[in-house]
Amino acid sequence: MAQPDPEAAAKAEFAAPKTRSTTDQIILSIIQVWAGVFLAILILVFVISIPLVSGSSVSFLTVRNSQNILVAITPILLLGLGQTFVIISGGIDLSVGWVMSFASVISALALREAYNAGLALPLAVVVGFGTAVIGSGFVGFLNGVIIAKLKVPPFIVTLGMSFIVRGAALLMSENTTVIGLPRGVRDYGNESLLYFIRGEGGGFYFFTKPEISGEMLRRMDRIISYPVLVTVIVVAISIFVLRRTKFGRHTYAIGGNREAAVRAGVPVDRHIIKLYMLSAATAGIAGFLSMLRFTAGSAVIGDPLLLSSIAAVIIGGVSLFGGSGSLVGTVIGSLIIAVLTTGLVMLNVQSFWQFIVVGAVVILAVLIDQSRDMIKNKIETR
Amino acid sequence: MQDDPILSIRNLTKKFGGLTAVDDFSLDVFPGEVVALLGDNGAGKSTVIKCVSGVHTPSAGAISFEGEVVHFSRPIDARTKGIETIYQDLALANNLDVPGNVFLGREVEKRYLGGLIRPLDNKFMLSETQQALSTLHVEIPSLQVPIETLSGGQRQAVAIARAVYWEARLMIMDEPTNNLGVPEQKKVLELINKLRERGVPVILISHTLPEVFAVSDRLVVMHRGRKVTEKKVSQTNSEEVVQYMVGALDDTRQTAPAE
Repeated sequence: MAQPDPEAAAKAEFAAPKTRSTTDQIILSIIQVWAGVFLAILILVFVISIPLVSGSSVSFLTVRNSQNILVAITPILLLGLGQTFVIISGGIDLSVGWVMSFASVISALALREAYNAGLALPLAVVVGFGTAVIGSGFVGFLNGVIIAKLKVPPFIVTLGMSFIVRGAALLMSENTTVIGLPRGVRDYGNESLLYFIRGEGGGFYFFTKPEISGEMLRRMDRIISYPVLVTVIVVAISIFVLRRTKFGRHTYAIGGNREAAVRAGVPVDRHIIKLYMLSAATAGIAGFLSMLRFTAGSAVIGDPLLLSSIAAVIIGGVSLFGGSGSLVGTVIGSLIIAVLTTGLVMLNVQSFWQFIVVGAVVILAVLIDQSRDMIKNKIETR
Repeated sequence: MQDDPILSIRNLTKKFGGLTAVDDFSLDVFPGEVVALLGDNGAGKSTVIKCVSGVHTPSAGAISFEGEVVHFSRPIDARTKGIETIYQDLALANNLDVPGNVFLGREVEKRYLGGLIRPLDNKFMLSETQQALSTLHVEIPSLQVPIETLSGGQRQAVAIARAVYWEARLMIMDEPTNNLGVPEQKKVLELINKLRERGVPVILISHTLPEVFAVSDRLVVMHRGRKVTEKKVSQTNSEEVVQYMVGALDDTRQTAPAE
């Protein structure tokens, strides 16, 4: 370089690297991943305590139990998935619970009518899936347009929309459940990729359900049922989208500084509309999968799951102010809720306690998030 | 004078309802010069630059950029022409890292399976960012942290590097040294000089007169929406400029006395 000294001096003014000691770094990284640590401890506690309390024949770590947990988190995770995108962008979607119910009803109706009209079952299932995704996607589109274009706060829009969708679901299902679905639907919602029979004459069966009955059937576990498989695929794609694509980058940017995103030429309004469509669509998939699982469309299936899904997102470390968080966190948050619920049941704790415990964990999660920033600041200004 | 002006504002007027924020304002900006836009709060400086950067549409008058008349309806229109604006509040996303901000809204993607899968090309964006910063002799220890962990001056440098990387033809800076420490202020002024060396003209809005005198070639003072004077920095001084800013002096009054 032509100018040696003044340049070097100017450089030095900027470069003030923050040095951290190793203990500080360990503390920081632990609070960074506390949810994962918490989940591990929780599993450990249940593994140790359940045989002590409920007898040595009962174990927490079984194939069947792990599958029960996976089936239980499927809807929570799907609702939390779109919610994670929305909250990272600085919004919130309170309509996902009822959108799930709505999707369950409309996909059941569509599937039934398609089948009755003579369509083959697999095709009728596809029609049901399409109806769920498009129908709920349209609800999300309305949410997004009202929020982005008409500037109504997301809290209000999605709250109002949840009532509208709730009414629609109840009307269309005639205040009850949609039944009369073809029998084969049950298999789509409950059968799995892999079967495992414990004990005598057992083993693994891949893709085809073994022809067994009676006592042997009770020893059979379904590993990775189709709804879980679909959820895993959706989660994997979403993680990729949020972490590695322009769509994800824009989601963070809007949550971090919406004005900056606008000025940088990010199509913010259109992006927000897409986010609410995504959120509603994943809720729609949850509704569709629950319809398959129960062989019925239910107008009330999603409502109790809304708050659990938001809890999962928050436990997973997504900031309600937007701009930060990850889907891996939401997966861990959902697992914490499901493990807690299942574990408490196995400890013979009355099921209402799970609400109290989950509530406490949500508050704890936010407390830890806040103190994380405080501890970080303390360490950095030291 | 020199070559043709890059930016030419002619008789710009902007009204908000009954309020005339900018009144018959004209200004030329030539390649490689730093023009300071001065005035008290509410004098109309921000409105002028918002018209130039596409945030506002003028009520009357014309803006020409590189010889052609332009009508910006959105900020992105101005940016695609090469008019970059650096705002007081930086317009950076604090939760993104440095390349994330430099490439915000213009991310570079890789394409697989005929464009079906398009992950961000983070490696490319990082190396381009490193290059852009090094041409400005800016050194930031780690580029892959959220920029909220950087100092105010470093963030300002990121904003400037972004503009330079995207080959800004005109840079508008709204109080770029606001809220910065003294060494960092100096660094930002150095960056302005670098821009001038590269031939990029700068419109600088500032309240800090010593800074204006240190870095600008020309200054324009506004008062109540009108341009009251335009002088070479070498032909005036702080006291006189303050007189213009508070309305005690007014060149237009001398040529056209009030009725």
